[in-house]
Amino acid sequence: MSADTRAQRRRAGVRLWLPGLWLGLLCLAALAAPWIAPHDPLAQDLMLERLPPAWVGGAEPGYWLGTDSLGRDVLSRIVWGARIALVVALIAASAACLLGSALGLVAGYFGGWPDRVVSRLVDVWMAFPPVLFAILLVAVLGAGLHSVILAIAIIDWTRFARVIRAEAMVQARMDYVHSARIGGAGRIGTLLTEVLPNVLPSVIALLALEMGVAVIVEAILSFVNLSISTDDPTWGSMIAEGRASIHFAWWVLVFPLVALFLTVLSFSQFGEGLKDRFDPVLR
Amino acid sequence: MLLKTLLARLASMVITLFGVAVVVFVIIRVAPGDPIAMMLPPGASDADVERLRALYGLDRSMPEQFLIWLGGVLQGDFGTSISLRQPVAGLVLGRLPATLELSALALVIALVLGGFLAIFGARHRATPLEAGVDLTNGAALSVPDFLWGLVLILLFGVLWPVLEISGRVSPRLDLPFATQFYLVESILRLRFDLTADLLSHMIMPALALALPLAAIIAQLLKQSLKEVLNLDYVTLARVRGYSELRVILREGLRNAALPTLTLVGVQFTFLIGGTVIVERLFSYEGLGNMAIDAVINRDLPLIQGIVLLFAVIFILVNLAVDLTYSLLNPRLRHG
Repeated sequence: MSADTRAQRRRAGVRLWLPGLWLGLLCLAALAAPWIAPHDPLAQDLMLERLPPAWVGGAEPGYWLGTDSLGRDVLSRIVWGARIALVVALIAASAACLLGSALGLVAGYFGGWPDRVVSRLVDVWMAFPPVLFAILLVAVLGAGLHSVILAIAIIDWTRFARVIRAEAMVQARMDYVHSARIGGAGRIGTLLTEVLPNVLPSVIALLALEMGVAVIVEAILSFVNLSISTDDPTWGSMIAEGRASIHFAWWVLVFPLVALFLTVLSFSQFGEGLKDRFDPVLR
Repeated sequence: MLLKTLLARLASMVITLFGVAVVVFVIIRVAPGDPIAMMLPPGASDADVERLRALYGLDRSMPEQFLIWLGGVLQGDFGTSISLRQPVAGLVLGRLPATLELSALALVIALVLGGFLAIFGARHRATPLEAGVDLTNGAALSVPDFLWGLVLILLFGVLWPVLEISGRVSPRLDLPFATQFYLVESILRLRFDLTADLLSHMIMPALALALPLAAIIAQLLKQSLKEVLNLDYVTLARVRGYSELRVILREGLRNAALPTLTLVGVQFTFLIGGTVIVERLFSYEGLGNMAIDAVINRDLPLIQGIVLLFAVIFILVNLAVDLTYSLLNPRLRHG
């Protein structure tokens, strides 16, 4: 094994445990939100508006990361916001993954007209600016968490379909697939028992990457005020408020931004780390 | 060969565009909100509603509406914006230059930054400096333009306020421009004071859009440079006494450019797609910002026009990349 490969392996290790640590903590915080959030994330108190974080002069004890323009506790809103971010990441990314992988497998393995239909759909989908597509869909479906999840699944299946189609195509030409067929296995059976397990590592790595995308899309949608109602604590709506009051209350923007930044970075590094880990050359 | 490729690509492009038109039409016509109800004052009579529905063609069957709409689109008639009460074509074309200038500036930044990082990394390959380049690339790549925009606003709008965080040009300036291509015109008219003002508004959004693309260019270009630098003829150039940097620039870059080009084309469409939210973030008056307003106002004709225009741009960029690739690739040129 060359030094280059070994360094890559070590990097892959760090890429897995460091993001894993942050995501694990975030999951715990999201699950335990009712107990660990110091305040009600929705409680407004105009006497306490725009309090700075605890270590800055003029702070109020108990409001560690300060308050926003309605006097709501920033830390509590970030903790509750993690719930929404993670729910969207989990459900929307899984839905996009199921839809896209299924279509990609069928297109890549069977070829012919299923492949032509799927490929043409992917072409059409890729001609839309994804953010505009998402905003349009949510506007049509009506604002709300269901719409956000549905929109992400409807838009992002192509990310899976493109990669899995190409991989299934390669696998379909392999000797082991031919021998399974000669051995009497049906086409669907071969697809599920021979091809699917071999493309699964890519599916899992893509899923981790897609979770990061889902988190950012939800943040963008709530930033333009199309996700769930503005009162509910989402990182995107907190960022929108922080952007508006940036010149006199930097903490309203900075802390949700840090949470979002770390989460998106973690998902994508975790996904890349998985990709390296599954890479047979590096293993 | 080239002509055949071109015709095949054009045919495919038309089919894709038709698909886009169908999807847009279907999405918009299932929208539950009634745009007519929003245009009328409260207390309008049913007759008023019917009159407006007929005016906008909303009283026909779905396929009829689609054909009427498509027929109009093919003649350059994209309908009338419901919220702004002006022809969509004019509104959209008026905003297009702002978005094109922003995307072009971002592309230039991405190419320069990515090219620099690639050459720097290849020059210092297998040293900690290369690892530094890899780390920078990794970070730039895994965080999207929206977040880079926010980080830049904090850095250069608040912490060290040297750049403008909203708008396209300072409102106090009166503009002598005849077209919407402000940046180009300010340079052509030698009004560099205006160029500076425009750039102080555009650099942050352009940089936010450019960072992920710059990282991709740096990664791929560095990889192909390193491969090229181990080839015999490059070693020969080195033996003949050329400096390492010159070898990279002369021999390496020429051969590494082609694989980079294809990827840049695809990624450039992502960059253009990113303008939608980045323009919103920086209140930059381009097509993307207009699109979000149109969605919020349920302005169906305007949304259709903008989405179609984006689709045309995406498809044209891909076509241009394909053609450049076939022109530059010697294996395909004589095929």
